[in-house]
Amino acid sequence: MHDSDSIGIVAPLRIYFDTPLSLESGAVLDNYELVYETYGELNATRSNAVLICHALSGNHHVAGVYADNPKNVGWWNNMIGPGKPIDTHKFFVIGVNHIGGCHGSTGPANINKKTGKHYGADFPMVTTVDWAETYVRLADKLGIDQFAAVVGGSLGGMSAMQLALYSPEKVRHAVIIAAAAKLTAQNIAFNDVARQAIITDPDFHGGDYYSHGTLPRRGLRLARMLGHITYLSNDSMAEKFGRELRTGSLSFNFDVEFQIESYLRYQGDKFAEQFDANTYLLMTKALDYFDPARDYDDDLSAAFRCAKANFLVLSFSSDWRFSPERSRAIVKALLDNELNVSYAEILSRHGHDSFLMKDEHYHQLVRAYMNKIDI
Amino acid sequence: MAKLLSSLTLSRPDFATIAAWIRPESKVLDLGCGDGTLLQYLQDTLGVHGYGVEIDDANILACLNNGVNVVQSDLESGLSGFESDSFDYVILSQTLQAMRHTEKIIQEMLRAGKEGIVTFPNFGHWKNRLQVSLGHMPVSQTLPYEWFDTPNVHLCTLSDFEQFCHQHGVHILERRVMSGNRRITLAPNFFGMLAFYRFTRR
Repeated sequence: MHDSDSIGIVAPLRIYFDTPLSLESGAVLDNYELVYETYGELNATRSNAVLICHALSGNHHVAGVYADNPKNVGWWNNMIGPGKPIDTHKFFVIGVNHIGGCHGSTGPANINKKTGKHYGADFPMVTTVDWAETYVRLADKLGIDQFAAVVGGSLGGMSAMQLALYSPEKVRHAVIIAAAAKLTAQNIAFNDVARQAIITDPDFHGGDYYSHGTLPRRGLRLARMLGHITYLSNDSMAEKFGRELRTGSLSFNFDVEFQIESYLRYQGDKFAEQFDANTYLLMTKALDYFDPARDYDDDLSAAFRCAKANFLVLSFSSDWRFSPERSRAIVKALLDNELNVSYAEILSRHGHDSFLMKDEHYHQLVRAYMNKIDI
Repeated sequence: MAKLLSSLTLSRPDFATIAAWIRPESKVLDLGCGDGTLLQYLQDTLGVHGYGVEIDDANILACLNNGVNVVQSDLESGLSGFESDSFDYVILSQTLQAMRHTEKIIQEMLRAGKEGIVTFPNFGHWKNRLQVSLGHMPVSQTLPYEWFDTPNVHLCTLSDFEQFCHQHGVHILERRVMSGNRRITLAPNFFGMLAFYRFTRR
């Protein structure tokens, strides 16, 4: 990798929590482990910590590369590193895998110590509220009283928002990108089709595919293909693939003919080998459940009354899955509570995935905001 | 900082005029806030709690760099993102003449805020009148655009604006007319270059 601004070689860390975690669903995790990475140095006053919350299929490997796998570049490497918008010269950046995940933090693919078997479908539902509690506990273990900023896109943005509500004194700034205060019916519908694809795969075995030595590949592949369509915009797909044929002529069968089919199937296949289907189910449910206004008669402004952080809210013009309108609803709730907030709607053709892309204006905005944060 | 502020005040006498009308620690919304320097000035001198509204990408970035709150939005579509009566002052500084929906924005200012403050270039200034009488659209310090390349669509004189207020239930609380650094009291619609109004609902 030829990226002089990269943080370089990083290594994941693990931390074990033996204090039981009472979940929003009522279930209890007796103990759990978090896998995380850190970049930069925690300063003497421990005031420069930035927590990065990941989206549906993300993880703790946010920036840099692994010594034994230099091709495994962190998913937000263009945003985080020395001299980058989230500058590791200034900030101590923490990436953490959500519990319920499949990249090292305790999740359905782990062995349940009580039963000696994989958690599988027995792994409890987890929500952004549960994750917020795990962030607070992680901060406590690292000696961080307050995060300088909590940053996330999509589900990560919702997780960051949730922490600002769950533990207001822990968050000085929150950067909420391509998120929403709750999913629309259409969004929940997409998630449910994805879940049905997985659950009805004969290889799913009620979530216990581990002991059957198989994976619900077809279901997870379909789920990913569907998701992927919704992360792109019509324009970006038209631009990238159009109606281009793979072989140049029609073959009049159900094999791959159009380039978009080839691309989606490849993405689906790759994902189905790498990602745990039970985690996919849990993450989509965490998205569906996120709704801080639920306990306040659907009054989002009332839900934000407890918040203390300063906010930067960003949306992308072509993001139809988490549209700018959804971000503006967040901004309205922040304004109603007289919180400091800035909002930008970034012109982009890449749909929801824009938040992961390197766009000059987008990165300048994040850089400007992060530069102004006192540490 | 003090030096910076005084030079800012000198270069932008309109800032000082606006600031003189604003209570310290009050809540301010600045529509078409540009790079946020007015808000920054009001924050630094009066400790106001302020937000800007801007449409231009470069200005949004400049506001973040200047450390002021800014919300990217098109003023022409109204202020629906802002609750009624949620601001002490809503400012529209040198933007009124570039707005298409003049009535709507004035009404929205008085819905979201207790008081409105507008500033605009006085089209009735004698130099403008002279240029028109000589057969040309005016180009001046406060109207620096050629007719074919101007963002201004609704230019007016002091008299026009006051008539508009009278017809639209807008009660003018205070007026100030400037020409550069000088306050104009004699024949302001003839000698004034920049008009400042503070108003409320009637």
